[in-house]
Amino acid sequence: MRSVQTRLDTPRSYMREPGGAHPPLDCPPYRSSALRHPKQPLVYLPHTITEITGPRLLSELPVSEHDNDLTRQHEGEPIGERITVSGRVLDTEGRPLRDTLVEIWQANAAGRYAHRADRWPAPLDPNFSGAGRCVTGEDGRYRFTTIKPGAYPWGNSENAWRPAHIHFSLLGRAFVQRLVTQMYFPGDELLALDPIFNSVAEAKARERMLSRLSIERTQPHWALAYEFDVYLRGPQATPFEEAH
Amino acid sequence: MSLPTTPSQTVGPFFAIGLPWEGGPLAAAADVPGAMRIRGTVYDGAGTPVSDALVETWQADPEGRFADLHGHGGPSALAGFRGFARCGAEQGDGSFEIRTVKPGCLPGPHGARQAPHIDVSVFARGLLHRCVTRMYFADEHEANAADPVLASVPAARRETLLAAPIDGGYRFDIHLQGLKETVFFAL
Ligand SMILES: [Fe+3]
Repeated sequence: MRSVQTRLDTPRSYMREPGGAHPPLDCPPYRSSALRHPKQPLVYLPHTITEITGPRLLSELPVSEHDNDLTRQHEGEPIGERITVSGRVLDTEGRPLRDTLVEIWQANAAGRYAHRADRWPAPLDPNFSGAGRCVTGEDGRYRFTTIKPGAYPWGNSENAWRPAHIHFSLLGRAFVQRLVTQMYFPGDELLALDPIFNSVAEAKARERMLSRLSIERTQPHWALAYEFDVYLRGPQATPFEEAH
Repeated sequence: MSLPTTPSQTVGPFFAIGLPWEGGPLAAAADVPGAMRIRGTVYDGAGTPVSDALVETWQADPEGRFADLHGHGGPSALAGFRGFARCGAEQGDGSFEIRTVKPGCLPGPHGARQAPHIDVSVFARGLLHRCVTRMYFADEHEANAADPVLASVPAARRETLLAAPIDGGYRFDIHLQGLKETVFFAL
């Protein structure tokens, strides 16, 4: 009786996040935020049934077997350092979130996106589109095979370069859990200079966007492994709010 | 045990590589009774359309039921209804268009009744975190007047949450900033 189980698992209210958990919408060092951040105060939204439910997309957005291997989407193999990126999607109580959609997109090894608006004159790779999808298993695990993206310059300032990163999108199980973030690589010296990474004020919080090299998961003579766990909002410990 | 969440980051300008898909804008199939379009444009503080915005919507069916598996109030029985739409504007004019049906009334906090509404997330380059708003329907006067969330919004700004009836559906523009700034919510 899976549906009954699911019903029992569903929180009726989710934790409210402390200030500083996420970057501010107004972030002057990140110039694009200037005209795009709301200036009026946000209005408190109770967690009603609309907020504690969410889409699964498991049948509507078919995820096929190869969607999590970005190195096998074309005739040939993409150029670059082959890596695996895997981890778990958990809530903040440490409970794995199964059956949740994980979507990624990234630049190629030269730092170029396969997008017509990317004008950075690094080579495109005919064997790399840079998008992947998968659904977490029972233990909240996901896994991608891809190539390590390159750094790329952007228009934020005269000599601004983004550190290597992979964009992550997670649906979670409820509207309140929806998260879009970026995964970075350990030891990247561009991190200290990046206004997007540093838009998160606390060093401890920034660390949660860093993957870690896993020599245990590394496949000998094949691919280096990086581990990246993602934490989505968990249920509120005491139900101060009652969702209906 | 309670751990902190992973921080949000911008969707960036190139989300179109990974997020949109062909059926994304269809919260309801075209043959679902009452199917309609909701279209709008996302504007920045200078009144310029945001050419690289991504809009997602989540809503109940006309009976007030959701197409999820959580079972609150019983899952939607409406065939072809998904309740979720994703529309990534890559066309450069900042517009979005989804196909859906009008949601029904829903239970709210403390026994109140919520007017028909759609939860909306806006993502874009320049937004380090999504902006969340709610779309209500301008022609639901009675239900809107009794809605607890609308009541919590300063009266002068409520209008920014009202979708206007147009031929074949509704229009809902989103202003991230400026004189007509849309009301956004802390979730
Ligand atoms: Fe990027």
